[in-house]
Amino acid sequence: MYTDDQLSIRDLARNFARSEVEPEASMRDRESLFASALIHKLGEMGFMGMMVPESYGGSGQDLISYLLALEEIAYCDASLAVAMSVNNSVVCGPILSFGSEEQKKKYLPDLCSGRALGSFMLSEPNAGSDAASLQSKATRIDGGWILNGSKAWITNGAYAKYFIVMAVTNPSLGKKGISAFVVESGHKGLILAPAEKKMGLKSSNTVMVTLQDVFVPEENLLGPEGAGLQVALGGLDEGRVGIAAQALGIAQRAVDESIKYSKERTTFGKRIGDHQSISTYLAEMESKVQASRLLIYRAASKIMNHQKATLESATAKLFTTENAVWICDKAVQIHGGYGYTSDYVVERLYRDVRVTTIYEGTSEIQRIVIARELLGK
Amino acid sequence: MKILVALKQVPDTETKIKIHPEGTALDLSDVKWVTSPYDEYALEEAMRLKESQGATVSALAVGDDRVKDVLRNALALGADEALHVSTSEKCEDPFVVATYVANAVRDRGFDLLLFGNKGSGGDHAAVGPMVAELLGIAQANVVVKLTLDQGRFFAERQVESGLEVVEGKLPAVITTQKGLNDPRYPNLKGIMAAKKKEIISIPLTESISPALQTMKLAFPPPRAEGRQLAGTPQEQAQALLAALQNEAKIF
Ligand SMILES: Cc1cc2nc3c(=O)[nH]c(=O)nc-3n(C[C@H](O)[C@H](O)[C@H](O)COP(=O)(O)OP(=O)(O)OC[C@H]3O[C@@H](n4cnc5c(N)ncnc54)[C@H](O)[C@@H]3O)c2cc1C
Ligand SMILES: Cc1cc2nc3c(=O)[nH]c(=O)nc-3n(C[C@H](O)[C@H](O)[C@H](O)COP(=O)(O)OP(=O)(O)OC[C@H]3O[C@@H](n4cnc5c(N)ncnc54)[C@H](O)[C@@H]3O)c2cc1C
Repeated sequence: MYTDDQLSIRDLARNFARSEVEPEASMRDRESLFASALIHKLGEMGFMGMMVPESYGGSGQDLISYLLALEEIAYCDASLAVAMSVNNSVVCGPILSFGSEEQKKKYLPDLCSGRALGSFMLSEPNAGSDAASLQSKATRIDGGWILNGSKAWITNGAYAKYFIVMAVTNPSLGKKGISAFVVESGHKGLILAPAEKKMGLKSSNTVMVTLQDVFVPEENLLGPEGAGLQVALGGLDEGRVGIAAQALGIAQRAVDESIKYSKERTTFGKRIGDHQSISTYLAEMESKVQASRLLIYRAASKIMNHQKATLESATAKLFTTENAVWICDKAVQIHGGYGYTSDYVVERLYRDVRVTTIYEGTSEIQRIVIARELLGK
Repeated sequence: MKILVALKQVPDTETKIKIHPEGTALDLSDVKWVTSPYDEYALEEAMRLKESQGATVSALAVGDDRVKDVLRNALALGADEALHVSTSEKCEDPFVVATYVANAVRDRGFDLLLFGNKGSGGDHAAVGPMVAELLGIAQANVVVKLTLDQGRFFAERQVESGLEVVEGKLPAVITTQKGLNDPRYPNLKGIMAAKKKEIISIPLTESISPALQTMKLAFPPPRAEGRQLAGTPQEQAQALLAALQNEAKIF
């Protein structure tokens, strides 16, 4: 199913993840430590701008290779995977698709190499699923724009050098009055709140960012004025399969850990795997993981062939993330009391996986999208 | 400057080793193969020398087609050429391997020949020194720091409870040890580029029969099960003392 090149990339990611990412992943989770050094290494290896052409400093690889790599990183550390996914998918992606030649040359080489990290600022305290209702404003002045507003849930926020910000440039045009900008860190009007205290993904960084009279020069407008929602949502299908791949990595880990534990632990004179209820769980977990992998592959293949993939991407995201949550729940169950402690990795998986049905479009939104595809608008 | 790095393919250290039923070889059915970790230091040092002072780096491996994987990995990390000394014979005798390496490199004008100080698993620590002897050139082994200057090498060697600093004339064989450097991972561009590069096959000019024969392979005996001492703390202490005196015969 995969090409030789795709498998080489997966193997490199797997090797790196298991030797370098895994050893301190649980410590980083416990201490909420952001993995700056690993992100830097991922950049040097070419994993931070995987689909950007080599001429802009990227690796020039395809979507499936990216998804395989993301899954391998998530297998060991879902927090690191989300930092990688934001940078690849919603920072490098829009700059590549909508940026001018100067913008691509200015931002992509640093973002792809790990020298700089990117953030994506769409959500607001009062605009999540309904992103188009965002309130942040950009007011035109001589030579540029002044940005004001609040952005919520910004992944990589405290560590990012470049922020892609969506703001209203013309309130009378509704959805068509939103524009995208590249904002650079270091501006005193870019105010970071303390990191959110999350249930999982504890070593990823999520912050609220307030924009207070932030001046953005004219040349930092990304894409045409009024095209902000296209810039933000243009790579939506890729984003959905990306989060599905992250959930798949976590779920695969949960399955592997459960198989291992089911062979080690004995009760009533048998390995617990030989009790029928546990073996049934394992069989269902494995089936769901395999089905998810094929759904992701199908959606990704369509996207790579430039075919419409709204239905495929939404089903892949919905099915994979909902089942990944179920799988991690069962993994904790199989581990009994031990699964409820941080001595076993399934406890972390259970917390980390939970967000995958929420971000990049909640499950409820995916169902709306799927139904709309089925029924017609 | 021309640098040679000789690479051995070994079972991944994570692999659970199994012995073949005949008892003289490993069961290789489930083995994942990697570059011997000590050779990774050699390769990394070559890449650093290439970056800091300019050099062409040739990677060399002896063995069947399977060993081409370590050569591909070396190309991915930035080696300029890959030399495959192709033989389907088993290469367990270090003297056989050293002879093949020496014959392959003799007329290629290398200034520096880097080897891992030993192959993980076999632990002979012999091929590098043997190649130096066969070629009649200097050698420094178990090196943790290496500097080259004006046709000479300066090497810090790890020796029993200390360091020894040696210098000598190039060309020379240097065998590398943990601590020399921190080997990098290949990047995606390197891996893709390596797929397109050629691996040069070097035929054997002479075939020699191994003098070393493996008679038996065995695992260390399993550790005897532990024993819990019962009773009050005083009784336990008495029982422990008795066991140390009479069974372990420590006193
Ligand atoms: C860890 C984390 C990282 C994030 N990173 C980023 C980031 O980097 N950049 C960024 O811009 N955003 C980011 N987000 C925000 C994320 O995209 C939003 O949380 C998500 O879009 C949901 O929005 P909300 O939280 O406001 O929930 P709401 O939109 O308020 O939804 C609440 C509930 O109502 C449901 N709902 C809403 N509308 C409908 C409807 N029409 N029909 C049925 N049900 C509905 C939802 O499904 C959900 O169950 C992140 C979030 C988290 C948790
Ligand atoms: C927070 C917490 C507080 C606790 N407090 C106390 C306490 O105060 N006092 C106390 O004595 N204990 C306490 N416990 C222990 C708790 O009662 C045990 O964790 C529980 O009985 C499960 O045992 P186990 O963890 O050894 O799992 P195991 O028995 O090893 O079970 C592992 C898995 O195998 C399954 N399984 C086992 N046998 C079979 C079978 N025959 N057929 C099918 N499936 C099977 C289980 O359902 C589970 O999914 C506590 C546990 C926790 C997590």
